[in-house]
Amino acid sequence: MTSLSLSRGRWRQPSVLPGFGLTFGVSVIWLSLIVLIPLATIFLRSAGMGWSDFVAAGFSDRALAAYRLSFGTAAAAGLVNVVFGLLIAWVLVRYSFPGKRVIGALVDLPFALPTAVAGIALTTIYAPSGWIGQFLDPLGVKVAFTPLGITIALIFIGLPFVVRSVEPVLADMGLEVEEAAATLGAGRAQTFFRIILPSILPALITGFAMAFARGVGEYGSVIFISGNMPGKTEIAPLLIVTQLEQYAYDGATAIATVMLVVSFAILLLLNGYQTLRRRRMGA
Amino acid sequence: MSIHRSTTERRATRILLILVALAFLAFFLLLPLIAVFGEALKQGIGGFANAVTDPDAQSAIRLTLMVAAISVPLNMVFGVAASWAISKYDFKGKSLLVTLIDLPFSVSPVVSGLIFVLLFGAQGYLGPWLADHGIRVIFAVPGILLATIFITFPFVARELIPLMQEQGRADEEAALSLGASGWQTFWRVTLPNIRWGLLYGVLLCNARAMGEFGAVSVVSGHIRGETNTMPLHVEILYNEYNFVGAFAVASLLALLALVTLVAKSVLEWRFDLHSGAKH
Repeated sequence: MTSLSLSRGRWRQPSVLPGFGLTFGVSVIWLSLIVLIPLATIFLRSAGMGWSDFVAAGFSDRALAAYRLSFGTAAAAGLVNVVFGLLIAWVLVRYSFPGKRVIGALVDLPFALPTAVAGIALTTIYAPSGWIGQFLDPLGVKVAFTPLGITIALIFIGLPFVVRSVEPVLADMGLEVEEAAATLGAGRAQTFFRIILPSILPALITGFAMAFARGVGEYGSVIFISGNMPGKTEIAPLLIVTQLEQYAYDGATAIATVMLVVSFAILLLLNGYQTLRRRRMGA
Repeated sequence: MSIHRSTTERRATRILLILVALAFLAFFLLLPLIAVFGEALKQGIGGFANAVTDPDAQSAIRLTLMVAAISVPLNMVFGVAASWAISKYDFKGKSLLVTLIDLPFSVSPVVSGLIFVLLFGAQGYLGPWLADHGIRVIFAVPGILLATIFITFPFVARELIPLMQEQGRADEEAALSLGASGWQTFWRVTLPNIRWGLLYGVLLCNARAMGEFGAVSVVSGHIRGETNTMPLHVEILYNEYNFVGAFAVASLLALLALVTLVAKSVLEWRFDLHSGAKH
């Protein structure tokens, strides 16, 4: 509709509303000054380093270990959140129980709670002498200062992404298809795996990708619980900070570039996936 | 009746699923929140009061309030302008503009700080020029402001764009045809239409501006009493093993988060604002 009504060769369709120049100008200038130009410096600095320096700094053993840890724990936390985020969204949409509204609001806590606050709270809970840690420690389970602790912090950070992306899709889904499946003799489990799961799968994938992307870059909630041992529990964002503190700007830039490229790739893949699906659905 | 039963689970299954969901939320979300307040009040209200009235804590609180007071209005003006341009006109490249506005959400907070160090730091592109003119950006308040504005950049716009697109432009066109000026139309027609959505975006923007840690940590330099925001002060106290102090300041931030959540929920229920996936 939009593309049809755009007259050929004209960049903008005429409108009686005033203010396009002002608002578009303010948006583009502010966007360039705050976001685009600063972000471009990362790539400019990387380009100025030369390929071999870039690889040496961006793909050193220490950097590779940090990527493995960051991507691995973010993926593990994302998978946990897919299962429990779906369960929470399901319970919130389909069932009624006392306190449901409060629970629904609580799901957004990780969006509202500053990450450093979450970080010290989780460390207090899972440290060997902590609220839960003291019971796990005698069993030989170490959470704080291990990759498990990092995963727990990332589960906290990522949960709302999955719940909030699945919830509206579940709520919009009519019961007619499920009724049809039931009349045709399908059991509840069969209906769930054959009918419901395929229709919410795109929302689950979107939620996972957003939680994963956020987890890979997460800093505040992780650094307190992670222990920060180079090569073992050092996440990629922390490695950037460490490099900066040693005035190794090139090293920090190279690692940041690798992380930026990966996050942009996830963003593009996700956009492409959603466009493809929309086209296939004919909407 | 049998149809209804066929689209839900048995009572026992329902109760089990609800209990598992609640247990997960209690462990992963509620317990950390309780831990913050529990640890803050460990030495009673006196220890809490001492930590919060400490001069360094006071200056951190002042700095955090000031940073939010500057960065939130700037992003609010930008958010309204961008949403007006995007929702009221048709032009090529619109979806690219929307994607670019969302960009800061997919950048790690640490990288968000790093870009300003590369621009304005001592070894940065503009560093020598700034040093010659005696202007400090990095390890000073301007750097903290820039990093915060970058991080909170999309909040207001991404809330207003869908809302204003849904409202269309018929109201504004009617006002103009009745002789209102452009500004009159904005203040008397558009703004009342979007005020609750705007408030919603500003709330989320403010919560993030006050709570941002990673980006601010990279540019601040952690100078006590000067460039220490509340989240950074929490880190310093925690690393000094002053746990009561750290959790006391953290509990103020947790209170801010709770107030934000309550206000957000009230807006969602009363004004039927959608609650999609947000950062």
